[in-house]
Amino acid sequence: MIEILSVTGPASVQDLGRFDQYRFGIGTAGAMDDVALRAGNILLGNDENAAGIEIPMVPFRLRFDRDMAFALTGAGVEAEIDGRVIPPWWRSHARAGDLLDIKAMPRGARLYLTVGGGIDVPMVLGSRSTQFRGEFGGLHGRPLQPGDILPCTASAATIGELGVEPAEITLARPNTAADETIVRVVIAGEYDGFDAATQALFWSSSWKITPQSNRYGYRLQGPAVKPRVPIEKRSHGIVPGVIQIPPNGQPIIQMRDAQTSGGYPKIATVIRADLWRVGQARLGSKLRFEQTAYAEALAAEAEMSAYIERLRTIVRLIEEIRTCRSS
Amino acid sequence: MTTPGRPRISLLGTSALLFEAPGAFDLPHQRRIWALAAAASRWPGIREAIPGITNLMLTFETPPRELDGLIAALNDGWDAAEGLAIGGREIRLPVNYGGEVGSSLQSVADHCGLSVDDVVSIHAAPLYTVFALGSHPGYCYLGGMDPRITMPRRQIPLQRSAGGSVSIGGSQTGVSASPGPSGWHAIGHTSWTFFDPSWPSPAALAPGDTIRFEIKQVIR
Repeated sequence: MIEILSVTGPASVQDLGRFDQYRFGIGTAGAMDDVALRAGNILLGNDENAAGIEIPMVPFRLRFDRDMAFALTGAGVEAEIDGRVIPPWWRSHARAGDLLDIKAMPRGARLYLTVGGGIDVPMVLGSRSTQFRGEFGGLHGRPLQPGDILPCTASAATIGELGVEPAEITLARPNTAADETIVRVVIAGEYDGFDAATQALFWSSSWKITPQSNRYGYRLQGPAVKPRVPIEKRSHGIVPGVIQIPPNGQPIIQMRDAQTSGGYPKIATVIRADLWRVGQARLGSKLRFEQTAYAEALAAEAEMSAYIERLRTIVRLIEEIRTCRSS
Repeated sequence: MTTPGRPRISLLGTSALLFEAPGAFDLPHQRRIWALAAAASRWPGIREAIPGITNLMLTFETPPRELDGLIAALNDGWDAAEGLAIGGREIRLPVNYGGEVGSSLQSVADHCGLSVDDVVSIHAAPLYTVFALGSHPGYCYLGGMDPRITMPRRQIPLQRSAGGSVSIGGSQTGVSASPGPSGWHAIGHTSWTFFDPSWPSPAALAPGDTIRFEIKQVIR
């Protein structure tokens, strides 16, 4: 078990998400940085879909009530377990009573704490992810609070420390300025409703991520991008990554807790292979959009799957080498 | 008669595709969408077929390499779709119009050049059909609203609107099932449970069900 001691901001239990309940109006929820959650689970030998804790703000402190392996992936943090510093994207072993202290988050926007076996909250409608709107999944469908006890299926077996290179380094995109995140997008249904100059403005602008950005959506600030004539759509399904343009011309990127449908015009959609980059982009930093074709977006996904596959292979090989040495 | 337009098909990244039917926002078109959804949900590679308002979103189990086949299947499916008549149940929902939750009642009246009483009686008159579920868990999009009380969505969506809000967005109306962000204008409030994840089917209503709003009171 894990006991939450102090929380800043809406930390929550998330797995990869709830993907087949759209017809009831239920969105995906799930980790904003699915790459980091997967990597943490791979480090621990878990199912990649095992639930972890998404931590968007620090300080954050918790206590392990028994021996268990855990990993920290995602944002770059200053963290200590029982007074020892934990490197980024690292698997460590906690003893019963150990205190995990996440002190600062100098890079990225969301940290993932995964434990051997996963956080054992009930599966609701096919997922353990917290669904804030409707209040179900995760721990009682709400953000974590001090005093919360989270059950874990963790085994007490001791496993060695192990780390992998953070995804932001391995999957770095070329020509990215500091404090700017470039994400690839596929144009969406109403793109042609914007004139050429406005389309050019959308591509060339550096969009500021406003403080009104969260798991629901990222509200961006920049030059007004407005269609030739106002567009009012009949409500239709949307998915995380869709970039809507409300009448004020300021884009909103739909994120994991977004509504499942909407009617504002859509200019583009962030591709799945880059959505985690948005999830790790900090408030106040800049985003830039790069147009990509559907086939290229599929290629980027394949590249992402290959990266995950590589992680899995590396972790397995290291475990095998260690087992050989110790036997 | 004018030539009927062709459907619009567009991408939602690599995880979904949107099919928008040509023609009016009415029950006959929506019944064809229900029929197309029922067919498309059985196609290989499709995770879910989710009806919207005279449109349909297909989410992918695995994104198709080539989209041409899927686009052709949707176009053919639409042309072949006979209206699927779903015999739903009828729900009566008492509504408190206006008040704190329904604070946009006056602005809808002003925008439409009607009195508050007119807006209320026009809104409560029709038998609405649940066209689709979406937005948030258990939320129903209703068809059948009188176009006289149409009001465009908000310039900037609200970060939070109350659960049970009876709202107008464009030429559509609906009732929110829980509190959350909204780009619509709330004109009233109802207390009714639309969603419970422990139910065998988590949403209380389904496409084809009908709703009649009853004027409980009008708060000015």
